[in-house]
Amino acid sequence: MTDLLEFAAAIAAGTIRVVDLTQTLTPEFPVLALPPEFGQCAPFRMETVSRYDARGPAWYWNNISLNEHTGTHFDAPIHWISGRDLPANAVDTIPVQNFVAPAVVIDCAAQSAADADFLLTITDIQDWEATHGRIPARSWCLLRTDWSRRDAVDYANLRDDGAHTPGPAPEAVRFLVEQRDVLGFGTETIGTDAGQAHLFNPPFPAHFYMHGRGRYGLQCLTNLDQLPAVGAVIFAAPLKIRGGSGSPLRVIALVPGT
Amino acid sequence: MSVPVSPPPRRNPVARTGMPALLSAQRSRATHGLTAAAAQGLFCLQVCSDCGTRQYPPREACSHCLSAKLPFRDVDRAGVVVVDTTIRIAGEIYFRERTPWRIGTVQLDCGPIVIAHLHGDVSQGSRIRMELLTDKAGAPAMFAMPAVNTPAMQDDRQYREFTCDPKFRRVLVTDGRTEIGQALVRALSDAGARKVFVGIANPWKPFAGKQSLARAENVECVQLDVTDTASVVECAAQIGARVDILVNTTEHIRLGGLMDQTGIGIAREALELRSLGLMRLAQSFGPIMRARGADGVDSACAFVNLLAAHALMNWPSYGASSAAEAAALSMSQCLRSELRHGGIRVVNMFVGPLETEWYQNAPPPKVSPATLARAVVQALCSGQEDCFVGEVARDLRARLAANPKALERELGAA
Ligand SMILES: [Zn+2]
Repeated sequence: MTDLLEFAAAIAAGTIRVVDLTQTLTPEFPVLALPPEFGQCAPFRMETVSRYDARGPAWYWNNISLNEHTGTHFDAPIHWISGRDLPANAVDTIPVQNFVAPAVVIDCAAQSAADADFLLTITDIQDWEATHGRIPARSWCLLRTDWSRRDAVDYANLRDDGAHTPGPAPEAVRFLVEQRDVLGFGTETIGTDAGQAHLFNPPFPAHFYMHGRGRYGLQCLTNLDQLPAVGAVIFAAPLKIRGGSGSPLRVIALVPGT
Repeated sequence: MSVPVSPPPRRNPVARTGMPALLSAQRSRATHGLTAAAAQGLFCLQVCSDCGTRQYPPREACSHCLSAKLPFRDVDRAGVVVVDTTIRIAGEIYFRERTPWRIGTVQLDCGPIVIAHLHGDVSQGSRIRMELLTDKAGAPAMFAMPAVNTPAMQDDRQYREFTCDPKFRRVLVTDGRTEIGQALVRALSDAGARKVFVGIANPWKPFAGKQSLARAENVECVQLDVTDTASVVECAAQIGARVDILVNTTEHIRLGGLMDQTGIGIAREALELRSLGLMRLAQSFGPIMRARGADGVDSACAFVNLLAAHALMNWPSYGASSAAEAAALSMSQCLRSELRHGGIRVVNMFVGPLETEWYQNAPPPKVSPATLARAVVQALCSGQEDCFVGEVARDLRARLAANPKALERELGAA
């Protein structure tokens, strides 16, 4: 039986570090770009309700609006057509214990800096495992690319032929789901898939395979460079939106101190 | 000949900016027949339906036959200055600040004698071409221009009081991502604007024409997203005091009515951008512009809205967009009354389908972005406040005036 009070004391003492993996919600933060004839992902917006003024003399608060997939956010299986008929596939019905889970971090920052279209392959995963051991079942697999360090233009990295951002190759996603039983896949980029993943077979494999097997996604993460390859535990609990396909959220990592 | 207007001297940053003084705008209902003509750049007088007398000033009855049938009709603008007078001591504050000011008595060829403001190049005995303009308070005024164009005519000190000439002024084009926005930037630069600020939303998204905007002289891209309150507030804080003319070029035109769209997402985007966007611009830039309505050669002078002509009557093929445009039109009318206190003119440009991607399937005739941009400059230079650009817009205006119910049915059948 774990002593939770000991755990709390370790956090207070700093022997367990708490790392914020969340981007600040701002109106300027890029969202997924789709052709304008499709429905669009609403960016974050904030309208002040009152600020110690005639609208509310002693209090300050805002109305906010955003898409379920704006900023650092969680993807539920129902987000993709492959996961639409699964049980417990929406943010309000996912078992809450899945919101607390270990995470492994595969560092591909160097490869991504060299090639914006870098794709994580099975070989990359096996190379990582050769050093850090087999990815434990029911873990988050987080792809570190240092993409969160880029300015908005380089972060979206849009060209005439679409976005150029790193992500997983289709077979790597299948491997993670089928061979390693991961809980989900997380990235620093706008989506869990690569910028050019609309050209893959299947298109958007991280969405197709992960959500088709009831797994989750996390995107627009930051501070992955502060996590160990193995050993962190993350809290990632989406808002309880009825039938929601995803949700902006605060993602917190717990990292054992050294 | 007119003295060409000079670039404004650098301001003393600690000197007081004078408050805009206005003439009284109280006019009789009959006189607003002139207001309506002036707003559109027309020259109309009351023409008696019974005896044909052309009457000025407007009255409720014909001065010749007492008939009450006195529609405003286009009449000949030509005339001759009978007497010219220079006002050196004026009662009204507006004129006290602007003396000497020249006015004159003009015999119009079509009959009436009118008192008019005089262009610097006309004097007693000059043949003139009369313009009906609105003054800074929005009231109609007669302005006698030379019958034949003279050099730098546009720069006349008194005439410039009635126009919103971009020459030496600084302009904000709110959306530079579109063809229309970029055409406006070019046209305003060509018209002599000293500076054109160009709003760019989502700078992380590439757009066609970005390079040439960045290279253009006297053009400065600024971050501005009219759907984001914080962005508009920030932009106004940065450049608001340097915006003499604001041209709102945002556009959101989508095919589809109400029932044949799924959900309200697209309509909400249109309302956010077009009507609430206008309100955000009004709240952030309006008060600064209103305080600078009499701030020298480059005083703030105009807030221009580009509106789909179907703001006037819904076109069900573009039904939700028409509604968003109508909301923007209504807001512009409110803004017009608010900005008038500072002598700032709200100019509404009504335009039918454009040669742009969102009107791809709309039947011709369509208006090119360059034509619309030239029309904006023309409206500013000639002091108009309602401008109908292209055949579709003009036709719509005429049909609306003739029979709004017929227009509703006709647009609904198309
Ligand atoms: Zn008569």
